[in-house]
Amino acid sequence: MHRFWSIFIARNKEYYRDHASFGWNIMFPFLIIFGFALIFQNGGQRPYKVAILTSQTIHPAIQMQVCSHDLFSCIHIADKEMAIDKLNHHQLDMVLENVAHPFKYWINSSSPKGILSESLLTRKAISNHELNQRLIKQTIDSKPVHYIEWLFPGIISMGMMFSSLFGIGFTIVRYRQNGVLKRLKATPLTSFEYLCAQILSRLLMILLTNIILYTGCSWLLGFQCRGSVFHLLIFFSIGTISVISVGLIVAARTKTEELAHGLLNIITWPMMFLSEVWFSIEDAPMWIKRFALCLPLSHVTRGLRHIMNDGAHLFDLSTELFYLSILTVVFLSIGSLLFKWTQ
Amino acid sequence: MRNSGVNQNNISTTGHLTVKNLVKYYGKICAVNNISFNIAPGICFGLLGPNGAGKTTTIEIIEGITHPTSGEILYNDAPRDRSFWERIGVQFQSTELFAFLTVRESIQTFMRLYRNQVSLEQLIRICSLEDIQHQENRKISGGQKQRLMLAIALANNPDLIFLDEPTTGLDPQSRRHLWEIVSAIKQKGKTIVLTTHYMEEAQILCDEIIIVDKGKIIAQGVPEDLITRKCAGQIIRLPQENVSQDVRQLLSSNQDMTWHLDATNKFILIQTQTVNECIALLMHHQVDLSRLTIRPHNLEDLFLQLTGKALRH
Repeated sequence: MHRFWSIFIARNKEYYRDHASFGWNIMFPFLIIFGFALIFQNGGQRPYKVAILTSQTIHPAIQMQVCSHDLFSCIHIADKEMAIDKLNHHQLDMVLENVAHPFKYWINSSSPKGILSESLLTRKAISNHELNQRLIKQTIDSKPVHYIEWLFPGIISMGMMFSSLFGIGFTIVRYRQNGVLKRLKATPLTSFEYLCAQILSRLLMILLTNIILYTGCSWLLGFQCRGSVFHLLIFFSIGTISVISVGLIVAARTKTEELAHGLLNIITWPMMFLSEVWFSIEDAPMWIKRFALCLPLSHVTRGLRHIMNDGAHLFDLSTELFYLSILTVVFLSIGSLLFKWTQ
Repeated sequence: MRNSGVNQNNISTTGHLTVKNLVKYYGKICAVNNISFNIAPGICFGLLGPNGAGKTTTIEIIEGITHPTSGEILYNDAPRDRSFWERIGVQFQSTELFAFLTVRESIQTFMRLYRNQVSLEQLIRICSLEDIQHQENRKISGGQKQRLMLAIALANNPDLIFLDEPTTGLDPQSRRHLWEIVSAIKQKGKTIVLTTHYMEEAQILCDEIIIVDKGKIIAQGVPEDLITRKCAGQIIRLPQENVSQDVRQLLSSNQDMTWHLDATNKFILIQTQTVNECIALLMHHQVDLSRLTIRPHNLEDLFLQLTGKALRH
């Protein structure tokens, strides 16, 4: 145990004395908080961007029907050619002329958002009148989950993924390259003790930065965690260890930082897209959904959302915890078996 | 400090190392070719050889860093086990340390990896690190770093210490300072295995040496004995312009004398066992002897004689 503590303490000191790296890791959450605050200060972005072709006052009908609508964001553009070009490049969803009747509008027919904007504008979203007559709107009994509350667990799991994979991967590869690992091999220190010290040191740093991020965002954006913060912390820690163990596999034998960078990118991109941080994969082929189950980040994101958005207890997350535990054991075993002290 | 296997003079008597038929292949290249030797406790044992001779591979196999292709290593007459790493100290040719730790913290970090520890203050004093103990590793000089690495190698009061080219790249002052520290460690009865490219260093510090070339041992013994055995006589040095072609021919024709130019081509080196006769010959031919020097053979002469003068890569 004394050997583990020795390396754990040394790594932590290394970390906080490297002011550039430490500063960036502390600054990073604040930048995210600032970015979020900027984006969501008015209750979040309106999804459809409409360019109003005018340099003068907007027509009252357009003002009332379009610009005051919760889903339309109006942008004034005087140059029609420029507006059409932006529409063509999916930078705008619709272009609307601000002149007397009839109001001409343009959409990009290959853009789903353009088509939806048109439907909203012309109220043609559901044109089947028979169905229209049979529809009765119902409301959700529970408190609706705001977009920021849905997004936040994904953002912190994504930040955790980058910090876990690159933090642990690069550190070990650099130590192998410059001979620190070789020197440690000539001591009674075992690879298990060394790797445990690295994992816990990185976990400590990730927890610290994410506690700052959570507190700052919660204070600035006013969202709340519906479950227990303690459970959130426990689940997040388990998830972090699981993702770090993926980094260990990459770091186990990699000889150069360049190769490590490439391998880590190969891992991070699929994890980011398939873990539903940004969008759902409900309609993806079954094999993709199955593959996503092998990625720890999918379970981390889902579990965090259950706790934060649905108020789930740790017991309710037995499936996620089961997958994460299995994946951690598998990745750690592979990483430890493959681990080499020297090049 | 802890004493294991202490004799009447309070000197450690453990640290006996036996290397038997050591072989190491890297692919098809044989780096170590059936090497065997014994290192008695309490001596400084030198492992010498040109670049690529297999010294570092041999030492790293003994340290447990590299696995041998075949062969056996016994420590105190038993195969090495995990306790071996508790009892050895290692200073590699070139390694980095945790860049942002101070010198003192680095020693502490390594000390905590062992059950057996020495006094930190004592270690800092022995290795003359008092003035830089609170400096970060990334800010210390090459000589200071080598002293720190030596301190780390001594952190567990080892019985057997491996020093792999500890003075390479150091200025003469730092080198001599390190020799003093190594001599002091030797006085405590520790067994030291030293590799070096500096023959002067080996001659001063080593009680016994082996010279390795192309993975094989080509000479083994006490340095002075080896020099006497393999390079008899003295070396007379004169500026080459003082010795005419006629005199050179005379020297060549004499069976007791051989000559060659030194590496700079400025001096002629005459190797002879009959110094008086040689000087008489030079005086007879009115050679200017005002800048003459005479010296015995040294380890470098022996080394070059055995391994040749061709450049190694």
